[in-house]
Amino acid sequence: MHPAFSIIIFTTLSGLGYGLAAWLGLGLLDPAQPATKVAHVAALALIAGGLVSSTLHLGNPQRAWRAFSQWRSSWLSREGVLAIVTFMPLTWSAYLAVFESRWDPVIGIIGTALCAVTVFSTSMIYASLKSVDSWHTPWTPASYLGFAAASGLAALAAFGAAGGASPLWPLAGGAAVLVLIAWAIKHGWRKQAVRPPLSTPESATGLGHIGKVRQLEPPHMTDNYLIREMGFRVARKHARKLWLIALVMGCGVPAALLAGLAVFPEPAGVASVLVALMAVLSLMVGMLVERWLFFAEARHAVMNYYR
Amino acid sequence: MTSLPSEPTGKKLGLVIDLDVCVGCHACVVACKEWNTGGYGAALSDQQPYGAEVSGAWLNRVHSYEVTPDRRDGVVIGEAGDARVVHFPKSCLHCDDAPCVTVCPTGASYKREEDGIVLVDEDKCIGCGLCAWSCPYGAREMDLAAGVMKKCTLCVDRIYNETLEEVDRVPSCVRTCPTNARHFGDLADPASEVSRMVAERGGFDLMPEQGTRPVNKYLPPRPRTPLAASMAPAADDTTDATGFFGWVDRMLDRI
Repeated sequence: MHPAFSIIIFTTLSGLGYGLAAWLGLGLLDPAQPATKVAHVAALALIAGGLVSSTLHLGNPQRAWRAFSQWRSSWLSREGVLAIVTFMPLTWSAYLAVFESRWDPVIGIIGTALCAVTVFSTSMIYASLKSVDSWHTPWTPASYLGFAAASGLAALAAFGAAGGASPLWPLAGGAAVLVLIAWAIKHGWRKQAVRPPLSTPESATGLGHIGKVRQLEPPHMTDNYLIREMGFRVARKHARKLWLIALVMGCGVPAALLAGLAVFPEPAGVASVLVALMAVLSLMVGMLVERWLFFAEARHAVMNYYR
Repeated sequence: MTSLPSEPTGKKLGLVIDLDVCVGCHACVVACKEWNTGGYGAALSDQQPYGAEVSGAWLNRVHSYEVTPDRRDGVVIGEAGDARVVHFPKSCLHCDDAPCVTVCPTGASYKREEDGIVLVDEDKCIGCGLCAWSCPYGAREMDLAAGVMKKCTLCVDRIYNETLEEVDRVPSCVRTCPTNARHFGDLADPASEVSRMVAERGGFDLMPEQGTRPVNKYLPPRPRTPLAASMAPAADDTTDATGFFGWVDRMLDRI
């Protein structure tokens, strides 16, 4: 599948934003600290930035408001509706933290729950497509939720370090564990992604009863929308290397940094803030590569007509 | 409304495509483009139509496949001799369980209750492309100029158009097919010509495993005599020569 840059940015940034907002909603940081106030604003900015980015790939973005109408059947519509609904408790929580320096557990936890549901519906846009084998599995929502939770807690640890949260080790240690869990889920996802394809050139043409089907002549000489959109190949060539890069940047480096932060906590130290920030940045790079592979490696059933 | 019709649609209008008869001339492809670029919705745009990298939106495309018989153990046998070429037109199958309809976030993609035709209301389409991703058949292509999704309308602006001669009230591809490989009708009516054809010839669905329940059916190529049987006999084989030439053959043998 073609990895549209706007969608990759959207799913990773909004995942981070929703993850951070979800942990903030649990009241783990002192709302009186300036760093916590910044964290609330940053979470909203990441989510909003992601949503704006996601409209960039539309053919007619001026009609995007129509996408709120079909929540009964469409996961994409549900995601849009939930994104807007989730803004309400998150903005309220952010207001309370920024202007009143307090945390309201009810609003906070409603926000946390809605963050999880919104990330889930983002992942279901892909998981609901039967035409793409590797996406059509419960592993897809699991890995989206895993990455959102892990990157969110890593970011929370960074803001906690900046705000002098004490003790810091549960946040940093928890983030390190969640990073490992998220990649363990992703590993499970990758293992299922190589199962035999649901459809073949034989079932696609219905000619399997005669024999083996091979394309003799394509229907068009140059490429078309289908080839460009569903037949992306660059990443497949370098899939192994990219997966290794994703693992090192997204798993090894941040897990080690966060674990180090948990073992040698230095509350409010500039060093601990820098270490946590590096962990978050490295994790984001790893997640961007992972998300790119998620799209680029996915094989669409329509390509059976072009083999 | 992008929920599928709750009841089975009254009619199931669709195509039956005879893979035994299609010669791969692409006349249906061109007729489709010609009719639909001036018909329903935005024109079917081309990008760089006179350049080196020409591409554009088409609603119907003809693939050509080589099918090589294989033994049951999966070993391909009889290379060139027994392989056969099948020309394979492909357009929207107007599925009963159309995934392209339910994924649409705006309600632009819908299936008509009265006749089962799947259409795009282009005024509502935001061009997100998710419907094209959901279709295993590649029946939908984005119009890059208009930014909306295009698909086969089953020539909804022909089949009910009373200003046309009755013979023309069929989809453009069906009307133009020079070998009569394409047939149009109501597949919900077991007595219709298309339904009888499907029953007699063993019409099949494409990718039934995708659970889309397509309305369009394909008729399989008829069994063919092996190539060896229809080859010209060897030049010195005169066993079935009779009459005058038989006599000449026998006389010349004696000399």
